[in-house]
Amino acid sequence: MEFEAIVVGGGHAGCEASLALARLNHKTLLVTGNIKNIADMPCNPSVGGPAKGILVREIDALGGEMGVNTDKSHLQLKMLNTKKGPAVWALRAQADKITYPKEMLKTLRSTKNLEIKEAIVDDLIVSNQKVIGVKLESGEEIKSKVVILTTGTYLKADILVGASRTPGGPHGEKEAKNLSDNLRKFGLTIQRLKTGTPQRIAKNSIDYSVLEREDGDKILRTFSFDIEPLYKIEDQVPCYLTYTNLETHKIIMENLEKSSMYGGYVRGIGPRYCPSIEDKVVRFKDKERHQLFLEPESKYYDDIYLQGFSTSMPHDIQEKMVHSLKGLEHAKILKYAYAIEYDAIDPLEMQASLENKKIENLFTAGQINGTSGYEEAAAQGLMAGINASLKMRGLEPLILKRNEAYIGVLIDDLVTKGTKEPYRMLTSRAEYRLLLRNDNADIRLREYGHQVGLIDDIRYAKFKDKLKQIEELTNKLKEIKILPTEKDLIEKLHTSPILDGITLYDLLKRPEISIDKLMELGKIEEKYSDAVLEQVSIAIKYQGYIAKEMKEASKLSELEDIKIPTDIDYNKILNIASEGRQKLDQVKPRTLGQASRISGVNPSDIAVLSVYLKRYKNEH
Amino acid sequence: MGSWGDIMNDTIVSLATNLGVAAISIIRISGQESIKIVNDLFKEKDLEKVKSHTINYGHIVLDGEIIDEVLVSVMRGPKTYTGEDTVEINCHGGIGATNKILEILIKKGCRLASRGEFTKKRFLNGHIDLMQAEAILDLINSETEKERKVAIQGLNGNSSKMIKDLREILINLISNIEVNIDYPEYEDIYEVTKEDIRKNIDIIHEKIKKIVAESENGKLIKNGIKTAIIGRPNVGKSSLLNRLLGNEKAIVTDIPGTTRDIVEGNILINGIKLNIIDTAGIRETKDIVEQIGVNKSLDIMEEADLVLLLLNNNQELTSEDKELIAKTKDKNTIIVINKNDLEEKIDISSLDLENIVYINTLTYKGIEALKNKINSMFNLGKLDTNEFNYITNERQLSKLRECLDLSLDVKNNLDTLPLDIIEVDLKTIWNTLGTILGVTYDNELLDNLFSKFCVGK
Repeated sequence: MEFEAIVVGGGHAGCEASLALARLNHKTLLVTGNIKNIADMPCNPSVGGPAKGILVREIDALGGEMGVNTDKSHLQLKMLNTKKGPAVWALRAQADKITYPKEMLKTLRSTKNLEIKEAIVDDLIVSNQKVIGVKLESGEEIKSKVVILTTGTYLKADILVGASRTPGGPHGEKEAKNLSDNLRKFGLTIQRLKTGTPQRIAKNSIDYSVLEREDGDKILRTFSFDIEPLYKIEDQVPCYLTYTNLETHKIIMENLEKSSMYGGYVRGIGPRYCPSIEDKVVRFKDKERHQLFLEPESKYYDDIYLQGFSTSMPHDIQEKMVHSLKGLEHAKILKYAYAIEYDAIDPLEMQASLENKKIENLFTAGQINGTSGYEEAAAQGLMAGINASLKMRGLEPLILKRNEAYIGVLIDDLVTKGTKEPYRMLTSRAEYRLLLRNDNADIRLREYGHQVGLIDDIRYAKFKDKLKQIEELTNKLKEIKILPTEKDLIEKLHTSPILDGITLYDLLKRPEISIDKLMELGKIEEKYSDAVLEQVSIAIKYQGYIAKEMKEASKLSELEDIKIPTDIDYNKILNIASEGRQKLDQVKPRTLGQASRISGVNPSDIAVLSVYLKRYKNEH
Repeated sequence: MGSWGDIMNDTIVSLATNLGVAAISIIRISGQESIKIVNDLFKEKDLEKVKSHTINYGHIVLDGEIIDEVLVSVMRGPKTYTGEDTVEINCHGGIGATNKILEILIKKGCRLASRGEFTKKRFLNGHIDLMQAEAILDLINSETEKERKVAIQGLNGNSSKMIKDLREILINLISNIEVNIDYPEYEDIYEVTKEDIRKNIDIIHEKIKKIVAESENGKLIKNGIKTAIIGRPNVGKSSLLNRLLGNEKAIVTDIPGTTRDIVEGNILINGIKLNIIDTAGIRETKDIVEQIGVNKSLDIMEEADLVLLLLNNNQELTSEDKELIAKTKDKNTIIVINKNDLEEKIDISSLDLENIVYINTLTYKGIEALKNKINSMFNLGKLDTNEFNYITNERQLSKLRECLDLSLDVKNNLDTLPLDIIEVDLKTIWNTLGTILGVTYDNELLDNLFSKFCVGK
């Protein structure tokens, strides 16, 4: 059987990659170790949150599946940061760990051109620096034009609990023993990373009466731009809050050397933003308590996820630690916390299209590229799928810029700076946060989704209509004036005096005037959707700062437009400092903009490089 | 660029002392090949084997001929000025020997360094930040003692430290805001308030404002005080210039309109350079050449740091005088009243009495008083104290002015816009201050964030 594309791994990256490829009419095979674990959530039961929520919206805008699938399967939905500006609003769902994979599998199975196979991939078949297929553990060989590796944490994975180290992936699944060694054989740099997950507690063993409750929002929302809410507000399941205390900290400090981390049993590098509880207690000695969240995993079973309590302590110490917490004195631990170590490829090995630099037609996405998180994985999976398809169709890759999408920031960071720890998307990584909002992901990216072929004509027409409505409303607001004579109206607006006539557009710039208010007073027709009203209102209210960021971004795109030829020899460029020279040679940036973001390349190197490029262009 | 050679790979040489008659000349060589090249010419020891940072006595020998008796300092990188292997040859002063050795070194593979190239190497090797590199270049180019002091301040990193302190305040504020955004549900993490920002931005705004204001004065130290002498024709402008300079530079006649070009001269007052510009007398004229001179005078007056407006004691204020008085109202102006030996016909009641000095250009009388007035007007004495913070580099100063505008934006918008939007300006200030120091984009922000706040699953 011949396939055009093989996707190795059925996690969030693998699902997006195989769906994108199959939907773009490529005959695709998804190889997974266990069909039951497709779209599995081995760690926290949530999707979205700051930055990550915007990633999900971007995936949806481009035609990916994560947004829709979350809308079908969550237990609770919340917009975070609503007290702050619109640039940092972020949707977060508590996903049902049974429903989410079930819905995703349903979608995969009903997609044309997509086949799923249970097997472990052992090696790549490479000929002339080009991948042409994969070899299974059974010895079977399958041929294809492109291969996408989305192996998650399974490469040579070890589970760490206290002093014990056991080979294996999450949920006692089999690890991929040989693949990473075989990748090394092709000259790829492999690094070892670590992550961890906290305990699962039996729901009925928790005393909720003493805990703080956290409910979902009272407003219905969706991640996807294309579907209506599928849930009822009152059906949402609450989360709860508890805290560590001095007793917990004492237990941890007394047993510190028993943890894998402090006992010296860990080799991989863990993420700073996801420290284990022992790390938190050691590093922040002055803090008397640390906040913990109790999150439901599913409607269909009893496990409660204890967010914030990840540890690599042995089981008996974990028992003591959990029982020291308020409300959990008699808690029953269903699953103990563990740390997991796994192999990943140095992301500097790939291009911004996510294609490998050394092996043609090989794409990688997700944790294998050194990232962490379901959303980061899904975003890369989608982009790898899109770019593999574009490559087979003989088209230029889709590379999103840092001022276009968080996905652009994510991939640019990976291929420009590499990563020493599992990379998580944070809003602070984006320079142009005000441009990359939750509300305008479709405006930024839908056009690309349509061009690529993942957004069909019906969805595209709906989007075009939204743009038209936005333009129409904006123009109307600029036309309609309120005159000083309209005394009743002005009084109801509760605003400072209006001397000359003022347009609704200018009036909306005043912080006390909202678009809802103008609607209430009958100044705006009722026909506009909430999304259109929101878009127009944000554009007016934050105009000054949006313009500032656009100006900064256009400075960046000047550098971004200067392409660096792939055959450039940095050793021939005089006056570049040796560290800069080495880094440029390793990263092989596509543009001068990317070159300027490489750490160790200083501004004078960029100045020299830009002069060289001008001369190079004249000579060639 | 091409003719400049490869700064990081070339071994460069230059004379570290002035060429001329002196007891000793020092030739400095820096680069990968420096020790090897000198060793090939050095007779007594194998310099490639001597300890680092040692001084070695011997002779420079070429083809068996002794060129000079020398002391050679061998210093291996990275603990050298440029960060690379460096050799210094102390040879006998005098043009002959020094030039001969330089010539041989160039023949053996050294390249003659261009101005500032040793410092550029030092910067490229990461030993100093951009601001310090610029200060060193200022130091090399400094002419007066005051200029040297300002340059040294930059060099020691005094100005760098001020900027770094401001960035420190900002980064702590920014990281805290970022954590609030990325981890909104962590109730026990301190939530930054608008009050916090107000407090800090006030401090930052005031500090930057002070540095900019003081730097304007500091700039005077570096560039000199641009001083324009203006007045109607024949009030004695050229005579005043000559009295100040102590020589007869400008052409002095009693025919009005003689000075048609701009004459310049420098004097030092209290160690500060005064660039004095004599201007053509300003009056209504039909002579085209003279009119050009008049227009130019007005331009110079606009640009000047200091205006010496010369009036005649012996005449009533004319309409032209009054116009000049009005035009110079907003500038640093000293009204100099000449010909105080003649009968006082001028009515000074409408003038700013604070800034009037009487002189007589025939007798030098009042010239000292004028110098004292300038001294006190620019607070030149104060420029000596170490408390005084200034940045004299124009690039750095313009960046600081940008930061000043942005900090004003923050103050103005704080009440109406959300924190995360205000933070856009805070970040830009932080970044702009970073470009003053020449720091590159890196993970500074995230490192700070994760070291200070406790978050995660």
